[in-house]
Amino acid sequence: MTAASLILATVALPLLGGILGRLLGFHSWLARWTAGLAGAAGGLAGLALAGELLWQGGRAAFEWPWFDTGYTLALAVDPLSAFFLLPISLLSAVTAVYGASYLGASHGGGHSPAAGSPHGADPVNPANVGLFAGFLQAGMALVLLAQDGLGFLVAWEVMSLAAFFIIALDDAQAENRAAAWIYLVASHIGAAFLLFFFLYLGMRAGDFSFEALAGLALSDRARRALTLAAVIGFGAKAGFVPLHVWLPDAHPAAPSHISALMSGAMTKTGIYGLLRALTLVGLPGRPAAAALIGLGLVSGILGIVMANAQRDLKRLLAYSTVENLGIVALGLGVGLWGAATGQTVVAVLGLAGALVHVLNHALAKGLLFLAAGVLVQATGTRQLDRLGGLLKRMPGVAGSALTGAVAIAGLPPLNGFLGEFLIFLAAFTGLVSRHGESTVPLTLAIMGLALIGGLAAACFARVFGIAFLGEPRTAEAAEAAPPEAPMALAMALLAVGCVVALLGVAWSLPVLGRVVTTVLRLNPLEIELELLKAGVLLRAVIAGGGLLVVLAGFLAVVRHQLLAGREVGETPTWDCGYAAPTPRMSYTGSSFAQPLNDLFGAVRGGGEERPRLAGLFPATARFASRPGDACVERFYEPVFRRVETFFQSWRWVQSGRVQAYVLYIALTLLFLLGWNLW
Amino acid sequence: MAGLVPILLALLLAPLLLGVINRTKAFFAGRQGAPVWQPYHDLRRLLGKGAVYSRTTTWVFVAGPVVGLASVLAALSLLPLGGQPAFLSFTGDLVLMVCLLGLMRFVTVLAALDTGSSFEGMGASREVTFSALAEPPLFLALAILARKTGSLSLTGILGAIDHGLWLQAGPMLLLVATALFVIFLAENARIPVDDPNTHLELTMIHEVMVLDHSGPDFAMILYGAALKLWLLGALVVGILVPAGSPWYVGWPAAVGGLVLVAVLTGVVESTIARLRMHKVPQLLVGSLILALLAMVLGAR
Repeated sequence: MTAASLILATVALPLLGGILGRLLGFHSWLARWTAGLAGAAGGLAGLALAGELLWQGGRAAFEWPWFDTGYTLALAVDPLSAFFLLPISLLSAVTAVYGASYLGASHGGGHSPAAGSPHGADPVNPANVGLFAGFLQAGMALVLLAQDGLGFLVAWEVMSLAAFFIIALDDAQAENRAAAWIYLVASHIGAAFLLFFFLYLGMRAGDFSFEALAGLALSDRARRALTLAAVIGFGAKAGFVPLHVWLPDAHPAAPSHISALMSGAMTKTGIYGLLRALTLVGLPGRPAAAALIGLGLVSGILGIVMANAQRDLKRLLAYSTVENLGIVALGLGVGLWGAATGQTVVAVLGLAGALVHVLNHALAKGLLFLAAGVLVQATGTRQLDRLGGLLKRMPGVAGSALTGAVAIAGLPPLNGFLGEFLIFLAAFTGLVSRHGESTVPLTLAIMGLALIGGLAAACFARVFGIAFLGEPRTAEAAEAAPPEAPMALAMALLAVGCVVALLGVAWSLPVLGRVVTTVLRLNPLEIELELLKAGVLLRAVIAGGGLLVVLAGFLAVVRHQLLAGREVGETPTWDCGYAAPTPRMSYTGSSFAQPLNDLFGAVRGGGEERPRLAGLFPATARFASRPGDACVERFYEPVFRRVETFFQSWRWVQSGRVQAYVLYIALTLLFLLGWNLW
Repeated sequence: MAGLVPILLALLLAPLLLGVINRTKAFFAGRQGAPVWQPYHDLRRLLGKGAVYSRTTTWVFVAGPVVGLASVLAALSLLPLGGQPAFLSFTGDLVLMVCLLGLMRFVTVLAALDTGSSFEGMGASREVTFSALAEPPLFLALAILARKTGSLSLTGILGAIDHGLWLQAGPMLLLVATALFVIFLAENARIPVDDPNTHLELTMIHEVMVLDHSGPDFAMILYGAALKLWLLGALVVGILVPAGSPWYVGWPAAVGGLVLVAVLTGVVESTIARLRMHKVPQLLVGSLILALLAMVLGAR
């Protein structure tokens, strides 16, 4: 197939599948699988396209004069968009298959808010989810393929609105409506900055095509303002703190495979947009690079601190996305710092680390959200503390989830470690070069990344340990059934993807050279050389990991040989001699996270309801704690409350009397008349 | 094959450090104490036993000690000793080493949670909390050394800390070594962070996580802990004992240094009370501040 037809297939297949699926809505199975398979086919086309472009290089384009309007619809893939197309297409394909099965079994996606509450009275039609999932997938592809500012903005809106409609589908529940509303507002505050960004550039250039925009000569002040607008506009989609507030609400409201797609893929379009914006306005100077490092550190640390405090599995994963996008921002910041201070190695390694982390996070987070979907479906709850012992009920899912947990915690020997390793390496290299000014930002980056790594390991040890290990804490968890084959297959595919990404990244790191060159505009040979060297280091890391695997295998054999023929007994777990332990007494996720929550209490928000005990025999008391979000509690709520109060004071304008409105019209006309005469 | 010597020395002598610590503590307590070879006897006895498993546990519980010991062994292959190169050495290997120790902790914690016991959950929760806080000072200490020596591999860093560097930046190296010693105590579950001799589950950190392991599994855990003690101790010793001597001086000096670190640990355990749990973060932040001071000193 030619590149142009691949482009067309990537965009059109999910759209057509979604629409056709909606038309077949009278038959659930047909509707789901039409949308699902078309989405998967579109994803595969995207994968083929991305692979071809990344490995062969060059640029593939598809142009269509848009009827007779004089506007030419131009879709093209360059290495930068091809790289982002890779995780987005892969995740789209996998989640489409998963979704076709998932929606059928659960009769609607995002139900089961809290344990025990009944399912939505009015179940979500799977055909509607399929329709908007198709739009979301096509929208994301269009964002990557758009070659002009206008097309980009339209694609951006298609993507954002498709996600909004999916979040809002299960609107019987107030919290889902609120989530959709917050998402819409956050998304459009971001879009407003993007509108400014592209309109300003387009006005100056007289044309919206990226080529024309990139050729503009801008003053320093304009560039600074545009960079800021891009960071805010795209940061809102990527979920940088404090623009992350929509994520933890939106992800639980959407069906799990859409959460996977939004978290793993849609947030990445923010990073893509940021990089694309940098190719248009040029690389920022040191202050902006340092600010991006700071933004990454704040997002990373606050994200994982708040993730650790969550009890709702999907909210937790959403906050972990904030953390991981923070790591990406940190990598970008270190890379841009390297570029601003003329340290090519630091620039290349930082940027490559950020890109590798984009890929790895998409795989691991997609996998974990799909696993969360299985748990929600099997137990009817998203509360971590009501799960437990699920490894015995669904060993396959547990194996996949463990792979995802190790990968996302950034531990060797899995792929999640590679991106963090490259970012560490970039910061260390910059530090060792003894460039004086680099000391403070790069040291902070190293310390922050170390803290994030430690906390992420704590967080995902908790997620896996509490959900899958130990005893089931409720009857639902004890009777959970394994998922249908397509869902298990989708998760297994992503788990295998984590291992493939590990080897693929290490052996084909120089492929990133083309992507990095698009952004950094340094000598491509020099970039490729640095990437070749880094690839050797990654293979050394993998050799270390391989050694680990071999040693573990050897020790397992030794242990097996030692125990062969000896007495191996079975008992209950040691309980200090207590006679009647129940599963309810086992350690909960909340207890597990409590020391860290106390430690970071000042920055994580939330609250406690402590009983006041008095006297020798205090009456029955109740203790409750609630995880919160410091940004919402200390910034958004006060601000929006004030905004609301202000507008409340103007309510008299909307009196509801027709005469008043006629008066308004007359006054407006008078004003316009005066304006015209003057 | 000289790179294998540090690994062999660690494999053979790591349990000895535990024996030395216990012997030192016995001396301070006025007891005779167990012989320094006692840990070897313990390991041999455990390896010869059968095992008992909780009915709650799964393969994760079995994998914990196996993968944990494998991770620390893989980390050992990156460790230089006595100024001589490590078995494996490459730019950035220090990151891999720290993260391998992280993996060891991760699997130990999962194995603990697999028992479904509150005690073990409690220990796991404390372990992840304190180790997350120990990570920034550890990385900072390594970053300072990397910056001062201009190298990004452990072999390069520890090989470059010689008499010249001590004369030039002695105070800085001393501060870094102190910070690393605090992390060494915390990561190896020693007083003042954790008490390996405590007999109340509620107050334990590391010990309580491995309550349900027995037989060969427990032997692997004990041996892994001894190797981790050796590994982090060797970092401290690598700074304090200047490199640049030939192998027949370097290796004995390093082993001697490690024994001294073990004695020092015994002295600390005998003379300092254990900190209350909520004071431990302050200790770890203290080590971070020591490392930051070292950074300021080294920035000249």
